[in-house]
Amino acid sequence: MDIIFGIKDNILVAEFLGEVDHHCSAKARADIDEAMEGYGSKNLIIDLSRVTFMDSSGIGIILGRYRKLSASGGRVAISGGTKAVRSILNMAGVFSIIDYMDTVDQAIEYLSRKEVS
Amino acid sequence: MERVLKVQMAASLENQGLARSVAAAYASELDPTVEELTEIKTAVSEAFSNAAIHGYPDGNYGNVSMEMGTIKPDTIVIKISDKGVGIENIARAMEPLFTTDTGEERSGMGFTVMESFMDKIKVDSKPGEGTTVTLIKKLDTYYGF
Ligand SMILES: Nc1ncnc2c1ncn2[C@@H]1O[C@H](COP(=O)(O)OP(=O)(O)OP(=O)(O)O)[C@@H](O)[C@H]1O
Ligand SMILES: [Mg+2]
Repeated sequence: MDIIFGIKDNILVAEFLGEVDHHCSAKARADIDEAMEGYGSKNLIIDLSRVTFMDSSGIGIILGRYRKLSASGGRVAISGGTKAVRSILNMAGVFSIIDYMDTVDQAIEYLSRKEVS
Repeated sequence: MERVLKVQMAASLENQGLARSVAAAYASELDPTVEELTEIKTAVSEAFSNAAIHGYPDGNYGNVSMEMGTIKPDTIVIKISDKGVGIENIARAMEPLFTTDTGEERSGMGFTVMESFMDKIKVDSKPGEGTTVTLIKKLDTYYGF
């Protein structure tokens, strides 16, 4: 998979592209952590809209980033994802701790509002 | 079992995509829905990555074999085996969130994903001898003659 990074309102948006599996997960984790540091942002949106395949490695990547960021007072949200992708995250209870929005724009708006309030 | 197809590949994570593509190609002949195909690919991906990561730890590569078969008309059986370290306590390994991995941020959800996406999964394993995971799924969509 590839990750496209963007920054909006001090939120890092990581758009996952393609197939998320155990083969690519170590690099994905490192790339996100590096981008978070590089951009100096403490909030993260993981956009899964363009993920074509995901196994349980996706849970590890997302929960790992969540733990790291919440420890430093940051926020995380997830957007998009096919039914299969969301069902895997749901099995691990991801949506009971990380907020989910249908689209990346909604997620950005949601996190920026939280930031202000 | 009919239409038996056996393949063997190195237990390297680089082959994870290949393993699920082979399973998808095999299953496609039975006319599954897109959803069923995704579920089969995901379960195979989990079993293969477990063999590569846990079966052969410390970069200690062996092989993973995949044997696919069909119980006519519409049930697909996929056996994924390694000759690696094996599992001491299978019931515990299959519990949701259980992982022996500490540093790599694994979620311990591989077996749970396999169980929920397939109709049945069976795990045979002996410490020091290896592990075989059998994945079974009946396809809904068979309109056979
Ligand atoms: N082929 C195998 N050989 C040896 N041990 C295995 C094998 N498959 C699974 N295990 C053991 O079972 C445990 C649970 O596997 P499971 O796939 O559910 O979680 P995980 O691989 O640890 O995490 P995840 O798959 O979510 O990244 C593993 O941590 C490992 O100890
Ligand atoms: Mg696993």
